[in-house]
Amino acid sequence: MTIASFTQLICFSILSITLVLGALGVVLLPNIVYSAFLLGGVFLSVAGLYLLLNASFVAAAQVLVYVGAVNVLILFAIMLVNKKENLAAVPGLPLRRVLSGLVCGGLLALLIRVAFTTPWALPGPSPVGEEATIRIGEHLFSDYLLPFELASVLLLMAMIGAIVLARRDVFSSDIVTGAPVDQGLIEKARTPLLVQNPVQEPVR
Amino acid sequence: MVITTDCLLAAPIVTTLAAVPPGLDLEASFEAAFQGFGLSPGAAHLLWLPLPMLLVLVAAVVGVLVNVWLERKISAAVQQRIGPEYAGALGVLQPIADGLKLLFKEDVIPARADGLLFTLGPVLVLIPVILSWLVVPFGQHLLISNVGIGIFLWISLSSIQPIGLLMSGYASNNKYSLLGGLRAAAQSISYEIPLALAVLAVVMMSNSLSTVDIVNQQSGAGILSWNIWRQPVGFVIFWICALAECERLPFDLPEAEEELVAGYQTEYSGMKFALFYLGSYINLVLSALLVSVLYLGGWGFPLPVEWLAGWLHQPIDAPLVQLITASVGIVMTVLKAYLLVFLAILLRWTTPRVRIDQLLDLGWKFLLPIALVNLLVTAALKLAFPAVFGG
Repeated sequence: MTIASFTQLICFSILSITLVLGALGVVLLPNIVYSAFLLGGVFLSVAGLYLLLNASFVAAAQVLVYVGAVNVLILFAIMLVNKKENLAAVPGLPLRRVLSGLVCGGLLALLIRVAFTTPWALPGPSPVGEEATIRIGEHLFSDYLLPFELASVLLLMAMIGAIVLARRDVFSSDIVTGAPVDQGLIEKARTPLLVQNPVQEPVR
Repeated sequence: MVITTDCLLAAPIVTTLAAVPPGLDLEASFEAAFQGFGLSPGAAHLLWLPLPMLLVLVAAVVGVLVNVWLERKISAAVQQRIGPEYAGALGVLQPIADGLKLLFKEDVIPARADGLLFTLGPVLVLIPVILSWLVVPFGQHLLISNVGIGIFLWISLSSIQPIGLLMSGYASNNKYSLLGGLRAAAQSISYEIPLALAVLAVVMMSNSLSTVDIVNQQSGAGILSWNIWRQPVGFVIFWICALAECERLPFDLPEAEEELVAGYQTEYSGMKFALFYLGSYINLVLSALLVSVLYLGGWGFPLPVEWLAGWLHQPIDAPLVQLITASVGIVMTVLKAYLLVFLAILLRWTTPRVRIDQLLDLGWKFLLPIALVNLLVTAALKLAFPAVFGG
């Protein structure tokens, strides 16, 4: 075993263990903030696995998109609404846990079976390495052009939807229910910086 | 269409690679020397690997010390004071005294804070910044690793930092810390997009993400071929965004003293505070280095060293000439970076802080459209004048 393959094995083991334990922690930990931070760790170890597969561009894109944007937004949302209140107990929680555990176990068994029965082509195609950026660009603008454009349309729709949801004060009636929107509740009248007639202080 | 773009992409890369002189390659010489002692190539490479990493780490820390001293002296000069003068000549030992003070301070973890996240936060802030030094070139072969995704690696690594800030802000269990962390994350997300778009325009001109290729593309005619003349708008956008990402003063909202005590750093003391301090200054030097790489010709001398060697009738490949050109390259990179650091410090002590809504408005409603237009204009110019704009 050469030094390179030994290092690769160590890195792969560490990354895989972090990935599996982190993913279990995301699902099982009761504290939602810990789950969100662990999710970032999971994304980072996935990026590390991409790096081991010689896909450095995909790894960097994974870090930028999933860690830098998705995970930060999740954390942001959690911290903006983080009220310390206990959630109401769901009836039949143990039964639900057992059921969801069974579903997850079944899914895992199915995936393992697929992984073992599929005739994987080994070794796969040789990694393109540094050429990957050019190759991805070519694919995006030739045979994957339609999915690429559709994804951008989807993002545009999501953005417009977010604006409509966030700026309901623009409409006088709610576009979903048709009920009148109380503008005063949503956008408070700005308090003047300088009070015109200051309250006279009582003379002692 | 695919074939033509492919040719467009491939042709300049080949020409730049062919036109560039080999330059000083310490790695090759080192490994050749150790293989001469009878070591295998793998073992020689293993011996070489830690050296540039250690060197760059030391350079980054020394850069921070210089930076702290400059900050103290320049702020003193701006405010017509003298500044530190008793610790060493001109107070050069003052940053070391600062560092020692932080080292000996008690490491306090607040009683109701979350100890694990509280410790992990500063580490997560510092590590991506140090990792980004991987792609900073000081010469043709004088960098840790010429990875193909170069500048993109820096952009993606710098997006990890807000997680550390959010973590320390949340774990401190303090409303000012939480607000500071949230502000830092919002600011970082907002300014990353125009920053990436400005970098994209440069990348489009040099047909490569690699920092070495970006510098080589600017090395044709000395100062005249630097990217700042072709990308003046991009330069300004990048500089503003870099200052915002470093949380330097016109944009240091996350730690605004008057509003938030010290933002996410409020509860920190001792070495954990020092990690934040180190991180912010290493980030400043890094940003300045990358501005000089992207827009100011990197290690290039204002007159191309090849011309100078030609006028002096020296072969560019001679060992002594290579040594001199490599030293000139390092000096030029550091000089340009520290001129930009000087500008940043001067900005810090002369400009007032913007408000948080002004900051976000500037990022989203001004810099983002301008950066998009800049990208579009660069693409059009590249198609129209491929000779000048690196077609």
